[in-house]
Amino acid sequence: MIASQSKLSKLFIKCKSENRAALIGYLPAGFPNQSDSIKIIKAMIEGGVDAVEIGFPYSDPVMDGPVIQEAAEVARKNGITMAKTLDIVKEISATGVPTLLMTYWNPIERYGPEKFAHDFSVEGMEGVITPDLPIEEAGVWLATAKENSIHSIFVIAPSTGDGRLKDVTSNCSGFIYAASSMGVTGTQTSVANTASALVERVRKISGTPVAVGLGVSNRVQASEVAKFADGVIVGSAFVKAVLQNPSDPATAVRKVAEELSLGVRER
Amino acid sequence: MLAEEDIAGKFGQFGGRFVPEALIGALDELERTHNEAMSDPVFLAELAHLNATYVGRPSILTDAKNFSKHCGGAQILLKREDLNHTGSHKINNVIGQALLTKRMGKKRVIAETGAGQHGVATATAAALMGFECVVYMGEEDVRRQSLNVARMKLLGAQVVPVTSGSRTLKDAINEAMRDWVTNVADTHYLLGTVAGPHPFPTIVRDFHSVIGNEAREQVLALNGKLPDAVLACIGGGSNAIGIFNRFIGDAGVRLIGLEAGGDGIETGRHASTISGGTVGVLHGTRTYVLQDENGQTVESHSISAGLDYPGVGPEHAYLHDLGRAEYRSVTDAQAMEAFALLSREEGIIPAIETAHALYGAMVLGKELGKDATILINLSGRGDKDVQTAAAWFGIEL
Ligand SMILES: Cc1ncc(COP(=O)(O)O)c(C=O)c1O
Repeated sequence: MIASQSKLSKLFIKCKSENRAALIGYLPAGFPNQSDSIKIIKAMIEGGVDAVEIGFPYSDPVMDGPVIQEAAEVARKNGITMAKTLDIVKEISATGVPTLLMTYWNPIERYGPEKFAHDFSVEGMEGVITPDLPIEEAGVWLATAKENSIHSIFVIAPSTGDGRLKDVTSNCSGFIYAASSMGVTGTQTSVANTASALVERVRKISGTPVAVGLGVSNRVQASEVAKFADGVIVGSAFVKAVLQNPSDPATAVRKVAEELSLGVRER
Repeated sequence: MLAEEDIAGKFGQFGGRFVPEALIGALDELERTHNEAMSDPVFLAELAHLNATYVGRPSILTDAKNFSKHCGGAQILLKREDLNHTGSHKINNVIGQALLTKRMGKKRVIAETGAGQHGVATATAAALMGFECVVYMGEEDVRRQSLNVARMKLLGAQVVPVTSGSRTLKDAINEAMRDWVTNVADTHYLLGTVAGPHPFPTIVRDFHSVIGNEAREQVLALNGKLPDAVLACIGGGSNAIGIFNRFIGDAGVRLIGLEAGGDGIETGRHASTISGGTVGVLHGTRTYVLQDENGQTVESHSISAGLDYPGVGPEHAYLHDLGRAEYRSVTDAQAMEAFALLSREEGIIPAIETAHALYGAMVLGKELGKDATILINLSGRGDKDVQTAAAWFGIEL
């Protein structure tokens, strides 16, 4: 695969032609357990998610609020590993949707960046979001990702200064992950104002698609963000749906996805 | 050695900055503020004034002649950081960072704490300088260090028990980082040890270097020569770096850090990160980490809340790899033996953290013999540990 011909890149072109934003759904690998995790992610896709971001549950998730922390703990208790995550990536990418991984840096470093990039791209993973790897520390990773034709996706924040914004965005491929606000993952009541200002700043210096995440949880918010961003990233709302509906999490997740997918089409 | 560290906060392959993008601006601001402050005579004078009139510096050096008998007769010199205001070395770093907080115009400080000593020191400085103060503390540590929880509350701080993960220091740091990411505009994260992302390992070392600077002078004045070895316990490694730093250039002086061995490294229930860990990234820095094959942090275990941490400062990792410092492991039982001995022989009840270094001296003294001089950083006093010690020794309260 050449990165520009990835399913992810084609998705953003398609969404543009349809005058809508892409809906990117996050769920942790192995949550609540290995087999249900696959069913639930598939339900999220059936509900209308355009791309999937699979999180690798980590012991010290400093970017995550209580909801995703709880999910990561459940998945870890139920024995999630890198090897099992690889199996999930394989199953999900086989559905044809662009499949990404989101992980803190230490698990990649421990697995070995080269081996990680190789093993996961073979199973269809197209990109990696690294929320605690600043660009200054990313030299080895950027080279490795490029070699394996993997999109490297970095996070930008409202506090990112103009000079830095150029450095970070020019190293992003696939899309740029714009954090809607200063804070950790979780649902928030308002997201649009700081996020639109940040996206506007990016538009002036980069042609790469921009997706907004952190705190988007419902149809109204999704449509607000879709007015200025190319993608809407939703995580905690899906996790919450699973936590609150233990008897039928897949149906609950599908419903959330259906609502949100209407939102990203209401520009 | 020090030149290496100047490369963007790196200590050889260790250190650096592995944090969410939202914190980069704040870390840059902190680095800039610290650099300016350390060459500003007004700042340095204010720091020296507070050290002299509030902390109680210089701290004295005690020749522990009775305890020496248990150390193969070697001369044991105790650098008495336990006599500082609030009862440990932690205040040195706190006063420095509190002045940096003022300089940055921030009004709120947050901190993590294990033993509660750093939390108490931070609450103290916040009271002095009029900051709002929130301290994150693992639920397990809230239980075993309840005296310090009460002290923090009396000082006007809010103590937030952390219930995630292992409910100890590691998780308190996670929670403090989350607070910081969210409130970074008006909040300074007053990190309590030489770990964390750049510039913390450098800042915390700089403010604790006063320990070694004083001690080196004091030992020279007393003996007319340098000590043979300098010992300190290692949690994140701040009291150790503080006393080591001035001696790093003295090639003949052995630097030895004592890590918490818990039930023994072989049991897997320990906090000996350098002796029993592997290279990884934790809490924003590359260093030795207790982790499994998936890169998940493994919970540490120690009777001492202040050493119960699965990481270690990056400069220690570097000094270890260079061979400039040695790191040994001391079990709970060994530390408690030294705790009891120092109390009875010298009339000094040490912190359980410190007792690990004291046991290290009992072993090293026997190795080196009676002509040796061993300088120990007596990092804190044991008042906070009375409950734990009473339970250990079967004393009814
Ligand atoms: C008295 C005392 N010594 C040592 C430590 C360990 O910290 P560090 O390794 O940063 O000196 C603590 C931490 O709470 C402490 O209270």
